[in-house]
Amino acid sequence: MVSGKTILVTGGASGIGLATAILLAEEGAHVVIADLQDEAGASAVEQINNAGGKAEYHHVDVTQYDEVNALVEDIANRYGSLDGAFNNAGIEGPGAQIVKMSLKDWDRVVDVNLTSVFICLKIEVAQMLKQQTGGSIVNTASIAGLIGMQGSSGYNAAKHGVIGLTKTVALEYAKKNIRVNAVCPGFIETPMWDRTTAGNNRLKDSLQSLVAIGRTAEPVELAQAPVWLLSDRASYVTGVALPVDGGYTAG
Amino acid sequence: MGIVQDKTIIVTGGASGIGQAASKLFATEGAQVIIVDLQEEAGNETVDQIAFTGGKAEYHSVDVTNYDQFKALVEDVAGRYGSLDGAFNNAGIEAPSSKIVRQSLEDWSKVIKVNMTGVFVCVKCEVEQMLLQKQGGSIVNTASVAGLIGVQGASTYNASKHGVIGITKTVALEYAKKKIRVNAVCPGSTDTAMLKRLTGASQEFTDYLNSVVAMGRAAKPSEIAEAVLWLLSDRSSYVTGIALPVDGGYTAA
Repeated sequence: MVSGKTILVTGGASGIGLATAILLAEEGAHVVIADLQDEAGASAVEQINNAGGKAEYHHVDVTQYDEVNALVEDIANRYGSLDGAFNNAGIEGPGAQIVKMSLKDWDRVVDVNLTSVFICLKIEVAQMLKQQTGGSIVNTASIAGLIGMQGSSGYNAAKHGVIGLTKTVALEYAKKNIRVNAVCPGFIETPMWDRTTAGNNRLKDSLQSLVAIGRTAEPVELAQAPVWLLSDRASYVTGVALPVDGGYTAG
Repeated sequence: MGIVQDKTIIVTGGASGIGQAASKLFATEGAQVIIVDLQEEAGNETVDQIAFTGGKAEYHSVDVTNYDQFKALVEDVAGRYGSLDGAFNNAGIEAPSSKIVRQSLEDWSKVIKVNMTGVFVCVKCEVEQMLLQKQGGSIVNTASVAGLIGVQGASTYNASKHGVIGITKTVALEYAKKKIRVNAVCPGSTDTAMLKRLTGASQEFTDYLNSVVAMGRAAKPSEIAEAVLWLLSDRSSYVTGIALPVDGGYTAA
């Protein structure tokens, strides 16, 4: 589906990012993984290359403009173009009702989850504008970007913001063959899910019971959506926030 | 292996426009396509075109607003092929464009009947069949950007397409645990006979419609079909109850 494309995946060393990097490589892309987890990143590259795919890992902090800029420039110099990007790096929120949420925690979750997407988009779009071939960008929002969730004001604000960025930038460059979409995961079996539920099976069960389908998703089920959006098969899709949530937001 | 290899898929309104593009795409991707339409000549021609390229399709003249007729078709298909794996409930019509004071009750009834009641009937029959199957199935309904926002001069059409999204989300919730997924696709301006009827011969109107789409152009029917293909396939296994805009950015603004 993405044969021959060079695609950047931030937060690609674990969870949704890793599953997407693996699937992209299976579908023929050259994957550039950006993350802060060096060991996991190296392991991901090894896994992909051993399976016959093409991947590389870079230690990059997506909240740092210069680091992201240097990476994208490097990709463009070595491969000729950046064809796609999955801006997926993110952290969970501090989990507190607003009166108990510190400004420090707010700043942190907004910085990593929203400002980093602004930075990545800005740099990726600038690069894609230089290319005649355009490109496709997918941002990881969340069901938390579509609805409210108690105890999650920082995370939900950031994820709503990601959708706002997505739709706006999509409009700005639609005529330049650059598409920008967001994927909105529900509950996915990732390290973030493990941390958020902290081994509490009762909590896991009660959260899963909120999902129409009645279960969490495997990361690969989520990965299918950004892979499709990054491919030319989604050529008329831009500015969309696509829920992959087992029906959570339908009810 | 195609993305919907060996799946049996019904496409209503499959003889022209988006439905025809979808029928051809699904056949290319390995499905057994069941084309349902009232346009017999176009239906048979589409089957011939698909067969010519090595695909598998058949045509049936069935009124999607008639429960008994559609039920008989679904039972026949499931009987012959073992199961009904997917359905693209796409048959639909437009109403003449005019503000509400000049919309007729007759046009209202006609559009609601085909666009909304037709979807209700089809989804009901398809779900009844899929509940008998262990592997469930996937259903996609054609809504529209007009199911998400308002469009002047199209109160009847918009009401019916908002209704399609309502049916979609509700039925998705009802059967999510039974491995039956239900989603809607929301096309923007798409290059079909319906669009040509809407614009008449007016290049000015066509240019205007293109100018309000972020991408600056209408979709090819195949671009809408690609989204439906993905939603019908197992690749979208965790996606249900969504209304997916395929609209070149129209509803992003």
